[in-house]
Amino acid sequence: MKRRGAAARTAGRILLYLLLTAITIVTVYPIVQIFGISLRPANELYSTSLRIIPEGASFDSYRKVLFEKDFFVWLRNSAIVALAVSVFGVTFASTSGYAFSRFRFRGKKTGMIVILVTQMFPATMLLLPLYVIMSALHLVDTLLGIIIAYTATALPFCIWTMKGYYDTIPVDLEEAAMIDGTTRVGAFVRVTLPLSAPALVITALFSFMAGWSEFIVARVIINQQKLYTLPLGLESLSSTFQTEWANYAAGSIIVCIPVVALFLLLSRFLISGLTLGGVKG
Amino acid sequence: MRTSKTLIWLFLLPSAVVIGCVVFYPFVYNLYISTTNMGLYTIRDYAFKGFGNYRDIFLEKDLWYYLGKTIVWTVVNLFFHMVLGISIALLLNRPIAGRGIYRALLILPWAMPQYISALTWKGMFNYQYGSVNLILTRWLHLPAIEWFSSETWAFIAPIITNIWLGFPFVMVVTLGGLQSIPRDLYEAAEIDGASPWRKFWNITLPMLRPVLTPAIILGTIWTFNNLNVIWLVTERGLPADKSHILVTYVYKAAFTYYRYGYAAAFSVFIFLLLLGFVLVYIRQTRALEGVR
Repeated sequence: MKRRGAAARTAGRILLYLLLTAITIVTVYPIVQIFGISLRPANELYSTSLRIIPEGASFDSYRKVLFEKDFFVWLRNSAIVALAVSVFGVTFASTSGYAFSRFRFRGKKTGMIVILVTQMFPATMLLLPLYVIMSALHLVDTLLGIIIAYTATALPFCIWTMKGYYDTIPVDLEEAAMIDGTTRVGAFVRVTLPLSAPALVITALFSFMAGWSEFIVARVIINQQKLYTLPLGLESLSSTFQTEWANYAAGSIIVCIPVVALFLLLSRFLISGLTLGGVKG
Repeated sequence: MRTSKTLIWLFLLPSAVVIGCVVFYPFVYNLYISTTNMGLYTIRDYAFKGFGNYRDIFLEKDLWYYLGKTIVWTVVNLFFHMVLGISIALLLNRPIAGRGIYRALLILPWAMPQYISALTWKGMFNYQYGSVNLILTRWLHLPAIEWFSSETWAFIAPIITNIWLGFPFVMVVTLGGLQSIPRDLYEAAEIDGASPWRKFWNITLPMLRPVLTPAIILGTIWTFNNLNVIWLVTERGLPADKSHILVTYVYKAAFTYYRYGYAAAFSVFIFLLLLGFVLVYIRQTRALEGVR
């Protein structure tokens, strides 16, 4: 009797691993596919082979993208934008989220709903007016223009994340610190913020991704080639699809590496820091 | 705790200014444009149309078709995001070797920039060279599918892409939620002889509700308004503009046909639809109950 139970459990475990492995393979396949394309030599671009590593694989496309295109210009622009958006995102979301979690003020509930409502605007609703404002403020064709736009679009989700996380931290800790003579701001900075590390990491990560990966707003605001961010640069490669397909794939892989690395490094924070339950207060 | 007004303002103001300028002002300005006939050639000397653009929305013969398609798009995507995300999270929540590796690999679709994933899938759906058809014909001995010439397949292709893109978010949120379920609930249920299925329905799912409700709300909004995937996977709404959902249709009206006034009105219409849905949903589920 006991033995059969053990056998069934072993079978169950094998099934579990098989299932997980199958799901993982399907999930990872498209990414592996881009990598495969990026290795294709020019005469193999249109290949009907299902091999992952193509015949005559070479890193030639990587060399071309890195050294024959303006790749480092795009990279510099994207790095500036993404870092600036992260700094602004973390600063603004950590303070506003704190206000929504701890302070009492009129219009608090409305404020939270308004933040949710901003997520519902279709992109088309904002693009044209955004362009008009940016040109009025002379921010068209500046990196500052897209930095501001990305910060604003990333903020709502980040504020919700921060607020949700602060809600899970007992207020008593701050009160104790204040009884010991710390100011309100001091208690926030020295007690609550360090405890909120996972949520801060998430906020930084999302803000960074918003700046690193966005395409449509950049397309509208940036025209000058020397201000192209990586998505715009990559698109310029893919628009001449026939010839540049492998270069595009190589570029994509290079662009993905930093975000994917960040994501993997921070994935444990992702699970503990994304307290969406914060909606429940 | 009493807090000075200045401090509250100091904490809220930066976000309020940025969101106000970039999101709210455009919203109001968009309302204004929606009452004009602004377009590429009338960008300076536009005239007022009142509610004319809004009337035109309802005269659009394909309106209900696109609306229906948007609803199917949202429901199907969300259904698979939830089912896949929750099931995979439950599998990963067991004590298994290499859990970290599985988890890391399964998060990848979320980490990739969306436009890269979308264009990659587009390549994979190519009739002749795409690996989807190659796998179908060579390994499964099925006929190849003309993904982008039939209306149905041109709709299924972006749905597959978007399911792939979206399930990791639900998976991560669920994994987080699972951590906060106390073990003794399951132990008590086991003593009562509850089956695994019963434990899932009566403990796991209700306990996950606080994290899943906002995930559903955000997921609905993001999916309903997802421009990237359909636009990039199908060739800008081809074949014959039949693969559009509402947002891609508006995007085309605005940036291919330069009908700014009409697109502005249509955007307002989409926004109101979503707002209505979310308000009803929030009331039904009382998702905002705890916000004081």
